[in-house]
Amino acid sequence: MINPNSIPILKLKEFLIVSIQTDLHDRMAEQLQHDILRRVSETSAKGVLIDISALEMVDSFIGRTLADTARMASILDAEIVIVGMKPAVAITLVELGLSLGEVRTALNLDEGYEMLQKSLALTDMEGEETSEEALAEEASDDDSRD
Amino acid sequence: MTIVEIKEESDIVRARAAAKEVAAVVGFGLVDQTRISTAVSELARNIFMYAGEGEVRIEEINVPQRGIRVYFLDQGPGIQDVDLALMDGWSTSNSMGKGLPGVKRLMDRLEIQTELGSGTTVVIEKWVRD
Repeated sequence: MINPNSIPILKLKEFLIVSIQTDLHDRMAEQLQHDILRRVSETSAKGVLIDISALEMVDSFIGRTLADTARMASILDAEIVIVGMKPAVAITLVELGLSLGEVRTALNLDEGYEMLQKSLALTDMEGEETSEEALAEEASDDDSRD
Repeated sequence: MTIVEIKEESDIVRARAAAKEVAAVVGFGLVDQTRISTAVSELARNIFMYAGEGEVRIEEINVPQRGIRVYFLDQGPGIQDVDLALMDGWSTSNSMGKGLPGVKRLMDRLEIQTELGSGTTVVIEKWVRD
């Protein structure tokens, strides 16, 4: 049976995509947080795009839940980018005094996707450097043995 | 007057949707509609979390200016120190007055009547700019 509180989470390559198309009530926001973290863990996704372009308001509860989810996902080594926030929502969030913390945001899905790909490429490069260094070290070990 | 009873969590969504609808009828622009529905969401949640149940009443007004007025009524524990609750920084604590400074910034008027042990009435107003 489809859980009426659950929002679909799609996997695309190494990323997850979530589009919130309904007015979120609190329990739904909590359920979404739980579902995203579970899927990140199951799929080893490196990034999550959350599209909130259909959300007509983000109050302190929803804002906090999104920010918490991003922090939790980052501990699981996945980066969250929130995309498509309406200008009126951004204005209201700031006036309300709510900060989304270090959550990354992008204007739309395209830009959010690019953002994730760039940070993934950076991480890969760092990974390669480390493995090259490791190889070089191994090689020098071999040399010293000769 | 639109009345939304707050008894369960999904009533918070109903309250903010109703407020937005009235705000649109009154003639508020999109940003103000968002400010109003967000303020209503915050205060309706306060009722649900700290008083358990209560009522939200939404009405159009023409005095002192054309706009919207929303009452939040509950018979919960009340707010211990209203002045303190209205100070920024207080919003992080877990109490009945949570989030009030933010709500005040979103609206043109915010008034609180509260009595410990017998309940709280919060009134907010926003006026249409000419």
